[in-house]
Amino acid sequence: MPISVADIRKIAELAHIEITEDELNVFGPQMSEIVQYVEQLNAVDTSNIEPALGGLTPEGERTDPARGDEIRPSLGQKVALSEAPDAASGHFRVPKVL
Amino acid sequence: MNNPSQIESLKIRIAAGTDSARAVVERSVNAAEQLNETLNAFLDIGRNASLARANSVGTHGGLLAGVPIAIKDNICVRGMQTSCGSNILGNYQPPYNATVVERLLNEGAVIIGKTNCDEFAMGSSNENSAFGAVKNPWDIHRVPGGSSGGSAAAVAAGIVPVALGSDTGGSVRQPASLCGVVGLKPTYGRNSRYGLVAFASSLDQVGIFGTTAADVATVLRVIAGRDEHDSTTADVPVPDYANEIRAPIAGARLGFPRALYGEGLDDEVRESVQNVVEVYRQLGAEIVEVDLPHAQYAIAVYYIIATAEASSNLARFDGVRYGFRAEEAPELRQMYRKTRDEGFGPEVKRRIMLGTYVLSAGYYDAYYRKAQQVRTLIKNDFRNAFAECDAIITPTAPTTAFAIGEKVDDPLAMYLNDIYTVTANLAGVPGINVPCGLSSERLPIGFQLLGPYWSEPVLLRLSHAYQEARPFTERPPVFAQ
Repeated sequence: MPISVADIRKIAELAHIEITEDELNVFGPQMSEIVQYVEQLNAVDTSNIEPALGGLTPEGERTDPARGDEIRPSLGQKVALSEAPDAASGHFRVPKVL
Repeated sequence: MNNPSQIESLKIRIAAGTDSARAVVERSVNAAEQLNETLNAFLDIGRNASLARANSVGTHGGLLAGVPIAIKDNICVRGMQTSCGSNILGNYQPPYNATVVERLLNEGAVIIGKTNCDEFAMGSSNENSAFGAVKNPWDIHRVPGGSSGGSAAAVAAGIVPVALGSDTGGSVRQPASLCGVVGLKPTYGRNSRYGLVAFASSLDQVGIFGTTAADVATVLRVIAGRDEHDSTTADVPVPDYANEIRAPIAGARLGFPRALYGEGLDDEVRESVQNVVEVYRQLGAEIVEVDLPHAQYAIAVYYIIATAEASSNLARFDGVRYGFRAEEAPELRQMYRKTRDEGFGPEVKRRIMLGTYVLSAGYYDAYYRKAQQVRTLIKNDFRNAFAECDAIITPTAPTTAFAIGEKVDDPLAMYLNDIYTVTANLAGVPGINVPCGLSSERLPIGFQLLGPYWSEPVLLRLSHAYQEARPFTERPPVFAQ
């Protein structure tokens, strides 16, 4: 199914990406071509086939992912904030929400 | 031996006093700096820290004592940047080491720098790096492959004996092929991804570059194994891979999927890989025909699953906790959108949007669920094939290195570079590239071996046997002095 300009605008909105008119003109045909390519999967009979969720091997699935619930050292507030573009008073500061 | 283990010979020289860790590391750092103008393989070179560490590991008894190593710039190393080749992270300095890095350091390795890559590991040519493309040491007008092109080029150019990369759809094996080095993607769950910046979590795996299977085996032994920081690592014992590498391969059954040697494959590459099959036959392997009937759908499946997972994983880059934030955005949602618009390059945006599309309401079943079903069929193909053989041999890439700029405007043509490699990521099985000669244009050709889960010892043994029988001793025109 072809992707329209309106589709691309909506997808960009959902993905929190601002795109320019120029990008729209480039991405539109490219994404349509890719979507058309992946639609070849429609030719595959997948009735009664379970989807493969995740990538784990059988051994990986048998591995207990949990660890002991114990307190351990962590980065701490100062280090965790050290790479923030705008940290203030021990918090991440962002522009106004409303 | 024409293809000596570089790690082994380096350790022998250091033990004999004819060389020192300090001198080895200094040569490596010098080469990285000198060749970077030509190759653009490194985004960060830690000269002072590397030399200081080299002085202190002189008496370290570890498996990698004094070995200089380069790390792809999407794997966290404390004290160096982790940009993922993206402006949205820029010179982000992670406050911790990835588990694989921690394990290398525990064995005395010296990390000399961070290597250039396609932005967030999305690409097959390295042209998607925000910091310029890496050049192939065999021909600087050609791509090194991607996405771990900087690591592949650094090993090919003799700057480091081994390097780490990440492989989501072929990003270790394909650049290894285009640069003429060995590149291993292990079984899903073999190596920890803690500290690897996530692209597509059900496919990502940390991989290893080297010039010999023996060196790759040594590094794999060090980094592999369960890590409680990564719940996808499996509790499977880690063998001494390097020790098992010399076992004979006579009687090994090698699967030959004839259908994958057809249309779209360069003639010279086909001929070269078919010659490899003959070498294996002479070494005593039995060649059996196998069929992977759903392999033709792998690229389509991959670009649904990988983009869906990427759209979710890359949601974290929003200008709040780390990295770049766009200026002049007085409202929060506007700040997110501007930050991501200015911070991400075109391929990353394209993939995030594709992933958002295939997961969006009304399309989920048609694309994502369908792709996961075909992924099951691809897994079944491998299970059936490995009932007949111990490993499968294919080309790694359909062509040798192509020219910079040649495919940059055609994303789909670029994606088709991964046609032989993505199946392993979808099925979770290990794969390795081994160089097998040069084309008439003196560009490297590689072949790929794929094996069942946890068959790294078999793949490394088969690779080693080939390297012993047909040593690849050519050097690229751009090579460390």
